[in-house]
Amino acid sequence: MSKHTLSVLVENKPGVLARITALFSRRGFNIDSLAVGVTEHPEISRITIVVNVIEDLPLEQVTKQLNKLVNVLKIVELEQGSAVQRELVLVKVRADNETRSQIVEIVQLFRAKTVDVSPEAVTIEATGSSDKLEAMLKMLETFGIKELVQSGTIAIGRGARSITDRSLRALDRSA
Amino acid sequence: MPMTEQATGAHHPQPRPRSSGQPSAPEHVTGAQSLIRSLEEVGAETVFGIPGGTILPAYDPMMDSKKVRHVLVRHEQGAGHAATGYAQATGKVGVCMATSGPGATNLVTPIADAHMDSVPLVAITGQVVSKAIGTDAFQEADIVGITMPITKHSFLVTKAEDIPQAIAQAFHIASSGRPGPVLVDIPKDILQAKTTFTWPPAMDLPGYRPVTKPHAKQIREAAKLITAAKRPVLYVGGGVIKAGATAELRVLAELTEAPVTTTLMALGAFPDSHPLHVGMPGMHGSVTAVTALQKADLIVALGARFDDRVTGKLDSFAPHAKIVHADIDPAEIGKNRAADVPIVGDAREVIADLVQAVQKEHSEGNTGDYSAWWKDLSRWRDNYPLGYDQPDDGSLSPQQVIERIGQLAPDGTIFTAGVGQHQMWAAHFIEYDKPATWLNSGGAGTMGYAVPAAMGAKAGQPDRAVWAIDGDGCFQMTNQELTTCALNNIPIKVAIINNGALGMVRQWQTLFYNQRYSNTVLHSGPEADGKQPSAGTRVPDFVKLSEAMGCHAIRCESPDDLDKVIEEANSINDRPVVVDFIVHEDAMVWPMVAAGTSNDTIMAARDVRPDFGDNEDD
Repeated sequence: MSKHTLSVLVENKPGVLARITALFSRRGFNIDSLAVGVTEHPEISRITIVVNVIEDLPLEQVTKQLNKLVNVLKIVELEQGSAVQRELVLVKVRADNETRSQIVEIVQLFRAKTVDVSPEAVTIEATGSSDKLEAMLKMLETFGIKELVQSGTIAIGRGARSITDRSLRALDRSA
Repeated sequence: MPMTEQATGAHHPQPRPRSSGQPSAPEHVTGAQSLIRSLEEVGAETVFGIPGGTILPAYDPMMDSKKVRHVLVRHEQGAGHAATGYAQATGKVGVCMATSGPGATNLVTPIADAHMDSVPLVAITGQVVSKAIGTDAFQEADIVGITMPITKHSFLVTKAEDIPQAIAQAFHIASSGRPGPVLVDIPKDILQAKTTFTWPPAMDLPGYRPVTKPHAKQIREAAKLITAAKRPVLYVGGGVIKAGATAELRVLAELTEAPVTTTLMALGAFPDSHPLHVGMPGMHGSVTAVTALQKADLIVALGARFDDRVTGKLDSFAPHAKIVHADIDPAEIGKNRAADVPIVGDAREVIADLVQAVQKEHSEGNTGDYSAWWKDLSRWRDNYPLGYDQPDDGSLSPQQVIERIGQLAPDGTIFTAGVGQHQMWAAHFIEYDKPATWLNSGGAGTMGYAVPAAMGAKAGQPDRAVWAIDGDGCFQMTNQELTTCALNNIPIKVAIINNGALGMVRQWQTLFYNQRYSNTVLHSGPEADGKQPSAGTRVPDFVKLSEAMGCHAIRCESPDDLDKVIEEANSINDRPVVVDFIVHEDAMVWPMVAAGTSNDTIMAARDVRPDFGDNEDD
């Protein structure tokens, strides 16, 4: 099993997300995480999909099928080493007068932020790669995690090159 | 380069239909009028459908259209299959129309069918008024959502001024690249709204760029493999017919002298009568075609998709063969079988380019030598031709009925079939020499396809004879469209191959379920002797049923009457004709590869395992 990160540029039209997620499940792929938002061009949305791939079901089949969707403009696989990948977590940790300072120390170690404090809990905001967040959550687990919410991974390639340039031109041409 | 671009199909944009001159002056119309005007402009001559609450506004201007003919069917499924029959017989886009809710959901089967067989189809559905969407309103169904996995694309129109663009894009998407079904869902208030109509609309499809022109390097590679091979096979699929590439295919075949096998979807792409033709591949393919693929050292797949019914158990399929796989859909290449030479492109351009590349190889002295291969092929062909036994009891043999219909049919006759034994026999025993003369439900296997598809084919090709070869099981699913045919001057001919059973399922019960015929006898009843299903109740009486629907109906029970009855059917052209052929129930489809097994285990007939002279194997 291997994890792959796909950036999918799509026309910002109703129903596009449903088409994409339905395609993954129909073709037997499991989406690990999903993040959607508009790009610098309001007519284009970017969907970042992390997908678990098992050996006998190559990812190529799903990217080819995705490419056939009329609203899909472009698909780029972002390789781990050549892209910056980030997730956001908000986590509510049990805290009292004894443990609060230890928790804050961990927060600082991971360059996270405390965003809410109450007598029984601390809420922490952290961003980073999934490895870093996993390490932080492991440290926090001992205090007792009351609630955890996690965003899908977003990713962008390193260097000056942009994956949206050419798609924007295609969009302009057709208009 | 740090990023792996997965984009396929972005390099050779297909030219979009060019607008000739300036857009027309705006006409002040309703959404419904805009829809009908758009259908006129895209050249939709025939629409099959049924009106209902939400699509009703569209039917008012339809009444005045001089260019669009509407055929009022009896069930929306009939409209859908008629549209695909029309599309395949004419090469144009088929159009069907239905109201929201159950009208739309009744189109689901034909849409799925068109999706599996890559048939250009535009389905137009009414939707509840915009404000009511999502409230579980009367006759509301999320048809865009329901059909998402079985359409090439779909539109939910939200503004009346978008109607011309939605229709133009729907027709463009349905008919270009790998053809397929497109759904256009229009809420009733959008049809009633005031708008303006201008033509042509802008083609705003930045994400849709089918590749048609093949890569020259891949073509050269393929030509080298073809001329170097010792045991090549041209494995031809429905894409060759869709691309209109049959003339090119013939040139390529005759140039290379490689054997040609045409799939169920490609019958007629290459003449059955041609000496290079070795039959149909697959589960019920000819021994020669199945064995040729198994023993080939090169398979050149043209517009075919290595369907499981062709390959049998995939990991034992064609174990010695290198694969050249040409298809317009990049997702088909490598999906089931890895390709040594992948070629993305339109079959016509691919084959034309291959012809040139092979000629170049020939001119350099690299001509293939397939003489040893043809010795094997000819021996298999001589030893294991398609055939059948006559029943001992003097009853009709279903294979003979179908064979005689084929032989007595006028030139250019179009044949349609349902799904099951009769379909396989129609594939085996009718000779197809021209494309688009054989229409059937290949991928989806939709029982009940024959009658409505024949109706659509006849509506599109009124000057040609259309024979529906149907089973008695299939016929009972969609025969109501014979009423449509009778009332709309669409005189099709239907042969019911009536064995009183769901024959193909019964065949599997005979072979794999110890002759326990669970729920496959169609006409048993209190009066029927359970042990002898053929002496059943004969309910319904197909002759009376067909007569009630305005058809000329004949029953045929004896081989002595066979030719006379077929000729009578052929001579009647002022109304539909139905012939109820009472045939022997124990006839089986052979050859056969049992489901899930290797094609090496093909049986030529029951308990007859072909002898391939396996000692010659490498």
